Parts: sequence; C-alpha cells; structure tokens
Amino acid sequence: MSTLASTQAPLKAKISRDDWLQRAAILVIAVYLIITLALPLYVMLSKSLQNHAGEFIGFGNYSDYFTTPALVYSIQNSLFIAVLSTLISVSIAFLFAYALTRSCMPFKALFKTIIMVPILVPSLLPGLALIYLFGRQGMIPELLFGAEIYGPIGIVIAEVFFTLPHAVLILITALSIADARLYEAAIALRASKTRIFFTVTLPGVRYGLISAAFVVFTLVITDFGAPKVIGGDFNVLATDIYKQVIGQQNFEMGAVVSVVLLIPALLAFIVDRLVQRRQVALLTARAVALEPRPSKRFDRLMLAYCCLISLFILGMIGVCQYAALIKFWPYNLSFSLDHYQFDLMDGGGWDSYTNSIKMALYTAVFGTIIVFSGAYLTEKSRGFRTGRMLFQFLAMLPMAVPGLVLGLAYIFFFNAPNNPLNVIYHGMVILVISTITHFYTVSHLTALTALKQMDAEFEAVSASLKQPFYRTFMRVTVPVCLPAILDISIYLFVNAMTTVSVVIFLYGPDTTLASVAVLNMDDAGDIAPAAAMGMMIFYTAASVKILHYLMTRGIERKTQVWRRR
Amino acid sequence: MTAQPAFLKITDLNKQFGPFVALRDINLDVVEGEFLCFLGPSGCGKTTLLRAIAGLDIQTSGRIEQAGRDISVLPPSERDFGIVFQSYALFPNLTVNKNIAYGLENRKMKRAAIRQRVQELLELIGLPEQSSKYPAQLSGGQQQRIALARALATAPGLLLLDEPLSALDAKVREHLRHEIKQLQQRLQVTTIMVTHDQEEALTMADRVVVMNHGVIEQIGTPMEIYRQPRTPFVADFIGAMNFMQGTCVASGQIQLGEVQLSCPEADIAVGSKAIVAIRPEDIRVDEIGQDHSNRIAARINTLEFYGSFFRAELSVSGLDAPLRADLSVNLLRRTGVEPGTRIEVILPADHLHVFAAT
Repeated sequence: MSTLASTQAPLKAKISRDDWLQRAAILVIAVYLIITLALPLYVMLSKSLQNHAGEFIGFGNYSDYFTTPALVYSIQNSLFIAVLSTLISVSIAFLFAYALTRSCMPFKALFKTIIMVPILVPSLLPGLALIYLFGRQGMIPELLFGAEIYGPIGIVIAEVFFTLPHAVLILITALSIADARLYEAAIALRASKTRIFFTVTLPGVRYGLISAAFVVFTLVITDFGAPKVIGGDFNVLATDIYKQVIGQQNFEMGAVVSVVLLIPALLAFIVDRLVQRRQVALLTARAVALEPRPSKRFDRLMLAYCCLISLFILGMIGVCQYAALIKFWPYNLSFSLDHYQFDLMDGGGWDSYTNSIKMALYTAVFGTIIVFSGAYLTEKSRGFRTGRMLFQFLAMLPMAVPGLVLGLAYIFFFNAPNNPLNVIYHGMVILVISTITHFYTVSHLTALTALKQMDAEFEAVSASLKQPFYRTFMRVTVPVCLPAILDISIYLFVNAMTTVSVVIFLYGPDTTLASVAVLNMDDAGDIAPAAAMGMMIFYTAASVKILHYLMTRGIERKTQVWRRR
Repeated sequence: MTAQPAFLKITDLNKQFGPFVALRDINLDVVEGEFLCFLGPSGCGKTTLLRAIAGLDIQTSGRIEQAGRDISVLPPSERDFGIVFQSYALFPNLTVNKNIAYGLENRKMKRAAIRQRVQELLELIGLPEQSSKYPAQLSGGQQQRIALARALATAPGLLLLDEPLSALDAKVREHLRHEIKQLQQRLQVTTIMVTHDQEEALTMADRVVVMNHGVIEQIGTPMEIYRQPRTPFVADFIGAMNFMQGTCVASGQIQLGEVQLSCPEADIAVGSKAIVAIRPEDIRVDEIGQDHSNRIAARINTLEFYGSFFRAELSVSGLDAPLRADLSVNLLRRTGVEPGTRIEVILPADHLHVFAAT
C-alpha cells in the first residue's frame, strides 16, 4: 500500500479565500522588492558588461579596471581600513559591553545611551569633528605628532566612532545570555579568574564576537561618509564609485567598482547569517541569568574606561556643535547663529532639512506597513512555500547591498528613458523607496522575531472559528507586536534622516536632503554650516528616539495587564 | 458501537514528509458523540493525524469524511470543528469575554445573543466571574477551560483536543480530566483527543486508538486494550508487562527455557516461536501449595515499595530475564517474604497473552 501511495500524486489542499488573499499580498510585496531591488541590481550588473554606447563588451570594463593601478589600489585600501577599524572597534566595544553586563559600576543606563549616540548622526559628522580637532588649523593637532588626519588615521577614527554602537549592541546581547551555572561550576572546580575568562566567557560570546566583527567590517567597507570627508587623497572603493559617477560621469566603471564592492559585503553577510543561526542554539531555556558581583577595584576600572569612551563620543559631537556656533574658527571665537543660515549656502538650505523630515516620515510610515505585512505573510501564511522562500531571500538581500551600489543601480534602472517608472526619478518617491529597500533587512528581521514569539496556533484557531486572517491580523497580531512595530518605524525614521550613501545619486533639485547638504557644504568648504546641519539631524533623531522611549513606556504601562513578562 | 453510522470516516490515509512516512494506511470510523483518544509515544503520528482531520496539514493520500461530506482537501476554515491546543493559543490582548466571543462575531449574530452565549459558556465551564480578565491573569487550568469554551462557542460538530492537559500540573490535570469528560458527555459532542498519557486515555476515552510508527496498533475500549492487547507494542505501552520468549511445542503448550506453560487459548502453530506476556499484577504467589498448572519456582531478588503494593523482581530458573510481580502489602505481612526468599508463583492461563514472534 505504501508503495502505491508514494506513486500517486500527493493530495493538494483546496485553496481557501484567505489563502488566495495572502498569496496575492505576498506576490504584491515580492513584486515590489523585485522592482526596487532585483531588477535594478540586474541592470547594474549588465551595465558593468557594457561600454558607454550600451554595447555588450564582456569583461572589458573589468580588465580596464584591473589594469588601472589607481583603482585597484583602492581594494587594498578598503580592506586595510575595514580590517583595522574592525579590530579596534570590536575590541573597544567588547570591553564596553563587558563593563555594562559584568560589572556593578554605576550609571550603566547612561553609558548605554551615550554609546548609541553615533547611530543618530550621519557618518560624515565624525569626519567634520576630526577636521576641527586635528586639521591644519585644528584645536589639538599636536596630539597626532605630525601625522596627517586626512587619510587612513582619520578614516579609522571616524569609522570606529560610527560602528561602536552596532558592535556594542551585538556584544551586550552575547554577553547577557551567559549561563550562571557554568560560572558556578567553574568556581566549584577552583578555576582561576583568567582561566574562567578564557574557558567560559570567551567561548560563550564567540559567535557574538564573530557577528560583531562582520557587521562592523561590512559597515566600514561600504561606508562612504567618513572617507569622503576625512579621506583626503586616500581612495577607497566607496569613494571611487562616487568619483566615477559624479566626477567623471563614467557610469560603467562605477558599476564595475560597485560589483567589486558587492563581493566582500556579500561574503561578510553570508558568514554573519551562518553564525547567527548557530548563536540561537546556545540559548537554552533552563539557563540561569548571571548576576555580576560587586568588586570595588574592577568596578572602578570599568567606570573609568566607560567614561573615557563616552568622552570620546560626546567630545566628537560637542566639537561639532561648538564649531557650528563659533563665528569664524580659529580667528573669531564669538558665538553666533550665522552658520544656521543654510539658505545662504549650497546644499539646498532649510528646505533640505524639511525634505529630510518629510522623507523620514514617509519612509517610517510606508516602510513599516510594507515590512511588517511582508514579514507576517512569510511567517504565518499556509502553503505556497516557493513564493515564501523567494520572498524571504529578497528580504535578506538588501543587507548585503551597499547603499551607494543600490543608489547607482537605481540610476540605471529608474532613469532609463524606456522605463515607465522613470517619472519618479529625482522625486520624493524614489528617495523613500530606495531608503525603505536599503534598510529592509534589519526591519524585516525585527518583525520576524516579534512574530515568531507569538503562539504559532493563533492562525489555526481563528481559521477553525471561521474568521478571516486579516481580522486576526488587525485584532491580535498588530496589537501584540506594537512595540516591535514602533521599533521598526523609529529605526527607519532615524536611518532615513542620517543616510547619505543610498540617496546621494538620487536626490533632485527640489528634493535635496539634510544629510546630502552636509556633504555638499563640506565639499564647498563650508565646514561650519555642514557641522550645524549635521547637528540638526542629530537633534531631530535624538528627539524622535526620546519620543519613542516615552511611547514604548506608555504602551508597556497600558498593556502590562495582559503582557507576560 | 459499529452498528451506528460513522460520523467521521477516515479511509486509507497516508502522510509522508519527504521520505519519512508519518502515517500509513489509517482507517478509522468515529461514531457520533463518542470520545476518542489517539494514544502513542511521541513521534507516533497521533498529532499528524489530528492535524490532517483539522485540515492544518493535508494528508498525502486518503479520504476523510465528516457527517457524510468529503472534507479531504478542504482548508480548516471550511471544515466544522473546534480545537484546543496544548498552548491554548488564547489571544493575550483580548479579555476572556472577547476570546470566547471571537468565533461568534462576524456572523450576523446580535450583540445581545453573543453576550448571552458567552455567559452560558462561562457558566458551563464554571468560570462565570472571570469574563473581564485577560488570559495572563488566569491560572493554567482556567486558561485551559477558556480555550475549551472558545472552541465550543460556535457549537462545532467535532471537538479536537491536542494534548490539552499536558501543560498543567498533576493535581489540576486530574481534576480537569474529569470535568472535560463530564462536559463532553453533557454536550454529546464528538471529541478526539491526542495524548501520550495512558492514564488520561484510559480514564477519559470511550475508545482508544493506540498508534506507533505511523500505524494504528489497536482500536478498542480502554478495557479491551488493557485486557486484550492485540500486539506486543500495545501490551508493553499500556500498563506494565513481562515478556518471555518461547516456542510452541504442542497445541496450547509453550516452552520457555525449562518452563512449560499451558495457554489453551493461544493461536500459535506448533513449532513456531511465540512471545508470552503477563502483567505483574496477574502473577499470583502460591501460599498453600495447591495443585495448579503453570506453577513455577522463583526467587525474590529485590522488593520495591510502591505505596499500595510491592513490586518484586523474581528470577526463575530456566528463564533468561527476571519477572516482575506485584505483591500486596498484606501478603508480605502474612508470609514475611524478603529478598532471597524462594517462592512458588502461578501464571494463570487466562491472564497470559501470547503473540506470534516476528
């Protein structure tokens, strides 16, 4: 009988109205991702195989690229900067996270807040601060002992500043899932503190360390802001793309460099995903949380260390704010608001700022709706496995695509005269779409995590009660996931405010943005106004974060009756 | 029971996950109003079968009919059942009231009628005071009953219970077993419950379906599957059982090592191998030396105290494995046997289960 059964075609479930609706919705969002991600990338890849006239020339551009020493040199530079920044950033972050999770020092919440500050500014800002600190007319150039801040030193310092919060976040998570029972066992076996650190602590966070290293590596190698502002003549892949496209209008070569940059980013992404999968297995339900014990000397040492790192971060921000308020550094140190008269400078004036706010709001609202609905459909719908897997792949892809590369791909795709979608080019729509796509993956993962924590049988129960899926979605799923939905919208808002790389090729005369204005004013030599605009972004993002904190607290208070802790 | 027409009829049902066969040739008739239990170890396919009946995971082949209607490939929303999961899956952000009313809304029912029905159900499950609380504010047992009320609210023809009691502690479980059974009898709703707990199955079910490795081993009343297990698996899985390997030497005579037992009812061909089984509680200690067939000499190795009885491990010369026998506290007091004592035991022929060895 069983052989008979296996030769028959398996029964197919009848597809209900709900199933049809869900599949249609998955398709709509998948098509959205195909248009805003897969097709542009495809067009960009094919552009890299064409000459200026649009004829197919195989790998001709690539052989040109690899025979131009000035360009190939950037690969080495990029890798050097990325590896060095990763080593420094992860080391600093590890000790910082260690202090936050394993010591009994005071002000932990404050330090945790301070370390997150760099997330709220464009990656251009640390570069500006470094110019004021160590530039030719800087405040303390002597500290560099004659070395030049423009170049690798400046880039690495700026990248460490920019990546610290990401590394600290990952490592805090890794360090806080430690199982106290392992430490008790080690102490019972009379292991020394050093031995415990190397045999229990480090192995426990190894996946966190690897993950943090790859995240930082990817951020640095794809970052465009820091090398643009403080890189001087030191070329990296990201600035090469910008120079090829904006400087030389050589789009094909820009596409080639983009492909070259895509490779390390893609590799780092794959390794990180593999590692993350392992990390989950380390969590056991019966683990006992580790409570740090007070130790006067250790706690003081950690406190001093965290103060030092916080000083670095607040110092960089403070220098920018100071520079923005000084009349004319270093000759006239009186305070004025002159540098805030953005309308008198290049970069789009105050309109850039309002445009940025609008763009960030649209991104937050539409992005959250698209991302959360997409994650819900992949996680909770029935059947249609191929469609859901395709969608899942598309949702993970943006993480591996550097912003500049995506922006360039958008030029190729949306600016093509024969593409009916080219009406959105240079408009607000393309800015919002590109930003949503660029930050899709992290938002998608946040939504998935929240959805996975919900009982897997809610959908089965509501189907048995003959309720349409969208009713349960609105009445149960959305209210239960509200904190995650807020997280996603804030994440999108803040990133839309600070991003430069994804929108640098896409803004139009009427849609200049604050972050781009920072770049353009710096380019024009108006460093103080650039710093002033950068600080406007910071204050906006910070206020939104505070608002988010208050709203989350409010939700928690209102729903604590039914939310299990 | 078989005289009644089947309310739920499962014919030649198979389920495969890739190369793994989860269910094989399942044939099953469920009578209207009966309480059926799927019982088996984890991984035996009992939950897979329940999910196929609910339409949550469609079978690879086979037919399911409910109330005369072919529902084989219908999605859950087009079938007629209520379900309670192990996790209860109560909506955490809705009050008890709204949870129970969830299936009643959206079907042109008047608000007053819904309120009345919810109140009725709350009284039925004995929680009339809890209507405005959230699930997190209730105990596990209360949540379980709310889930039951929600599943019953729309008066479905079939109630499916997927390990509904396994998340509760022993005392509450025992109490709820009784309550669910009573509720089911009062409402006369056809019920299928999945469980791995034999006690649960034996105390609650009208009939038990014992499953193993994706096949049905035996269907029968609790009494039948306990007293007349049809396969060694059922004999072993339900209650405690001693197994002995032997050969049929003459009609109704089975040789086990040096011991020969008479089992007149054994249906085994002479010369073939057989497995003889007996429950520890069916082994009798012969105190007065009566003349009885199947009397064998044994030695007590160990005695374990189980509260209401002692379980003795007996070694019998000529048998390779020791036998377990339950001895009453009284018997021990009377005879003063202890580890090391030699005794005579009787394996009554009518309590012997004989299976063909495979």
